[in-house]
Amino acid sequence: MRLTCPVCGERDRREFYYQGDAVALDRPARDADVAAWDDYVHLRDNPSGLRRELWHHEAGCGSWLVVDRNTSTHEVHAVALVEAQG
Amino acid sequence: MKFSGLRVLKEGLTGNKGWTPHWRDPAPKAEYDAVIIGGGGHGLSTAYYLAKNHGMTNIAVLEKGYIGSGNIGRNTTIVRANYFLPGNSEFYSHSLKLWEGLEEDLNYNVMHSQRGMINLFHSDGQRDAFVRRGNAMINQGDDAILLDREGVRKHLPYLDFENTRFPIYGGLLHPRGGTARHDAVAWGYARGADQRGVDLLQNCEVTGIDIENGVVRGVQTTRGAIRAKKVGIVVAGRSGQVAAMAGMRLPIESHILQAFVTEGLKPCINHVVTFGMGHFYISQSDKGGLVFGGDLDFYASYASRGNLPTAEHVMEAGMTLMPMIGKAKLLRSWGGIMDMTPDGSPIIDKTDTEGLFIDCGWCYGGFKAVPASGYAFAHLMASGQHHETASAFRLDRFRTGRGILDEEGTGSQHNLH
Repeated sequence: MRLTCPVCGERDRREFYYQGDAVALDRPARDADVAAWDDYVHLRDNPSGLRRELWHHEAGCGSWLVVDRNTSTHEVHAVALVEAQG
Repeated sequence: MKFSGLRVLKEGLTGNKGWTPHWRDPAPKAEYDAVIIGGGGHGLSTAYYLAKNHGMTNIAVLEKGYIGSGNIGRNTTIVRANYFLPGNSEFYSHSLKLWEGLEEDLNYNVMHSQRGMINLFHSDGQRDAFVRRGNAMINQGDDAILLDREGVRKHLPYLDFENTRFPIYGGLLHPRGGTARHDAVAWGYARGADQRGVDLLQNCEVTGIDIENGVVRGVQTTRGAIRAKKVGIVVAGRSGQVAAMAGMRLPIESHILQAFVTEGLKPCINHVVTFGMGHFYISQSDKGGLVFGGDLDFYASYASRGNLPTAEHVMEAGMTLMPMIGKAKLLRSWGGIMDMTPDGSPIIDKTDTEGLFIDCGWCYGGFKAVPASGYAFAHLMASGQHHETASAFRLDRFRTGRGILDEEGTGSQHNLH
């Protein structure tokens, strides 16, 4: 499995740190209820198929990346910078 | 059909014509008192103990493939009770005791081999941690012996003791730890459940869970609708998909764990050896193959295969620890789908739907738990009460923060275990 970093180009999987579901980008408001925080920190859709993830190009440019990846085939569909997500 | 030495002898002399299938292949009934979704180790042991301990025999196990086709048929077969935290330690201690009586109980040779497990340590700090763990194991009533370097050398003379980065300081020996024949565990429980009247329905994939007014009514399957008063979900890596049929999201992310087997060799590794600092562990199967593995690939996956970086890392760690295995040829490798929880400990609990229960989150340690998991889950499904050895495995511990079971002490968050 290789990821194409928008900054560095196609790189070996070993250069990247996997953070998890891209839900990590949707931090609840400070006064959100317990259910919202449980959703954010613990509960996962955990799909077998296409999934939006957060990866860190740890041993490269240091960018945080949003990766569209298929968990059943390891196929990577898209890699974008987090800041490009709007 | 009862197995015995005499029977083996008789069949051997008469052309092995008297053996019969281990279990029936029944048609699904329209209704059961309970159905278990998932015919793996945990699902089969749940069915067995529901029938044996609780007299529930009008039940079925629904398996989408064939019995033993999931993780129970592909794992590294280690059986141990070396947990530290209250909540975990009594559970795994109970499981080991069930293992020790399992062959007699099932009348089935699961080849349980208590060959001893040795966890190696490589620093003073690690030694302290293992002293503490060993004391916890002894307090629980299990066994642990601290070995110094010479003690380890006596058991494992083939290790590289002088390794520069990870010199071997000693090891924690768990004499009752060992291995078992994984397929036989599935077959033994399946046969035991079948003999007590449990229907094992293979090629029967659950496609929906019927819920009315917050009460479970049954399941939809590829072999038709089946009504049931109680439904237990025991589907390991696929927990997310099956729970979604009941409108649930779980604190679980499915990851890939690789393992490897070499060609058959003469006996050379007599224990289970773990090299935690290198993310490597190994044992030798009775057939002679070296069975070994490492850590997760560390990304979500249902692919049943991993990537080469982890494979390379595991080989390197093996060569670092025991250079003698370098000439062995790798026969095969595989990847299992692991249902990882944030704190690395399992879930055996009710759900918000009445009559719907779940047993999941075994991470990469489910095999040794097969007897006690089924025992406790059957108790919960039959009585509605948690079994005393498994009362800590609550589904709501992540939401409330009470009773987090972070055995490794690394935090309770996805991707840390």
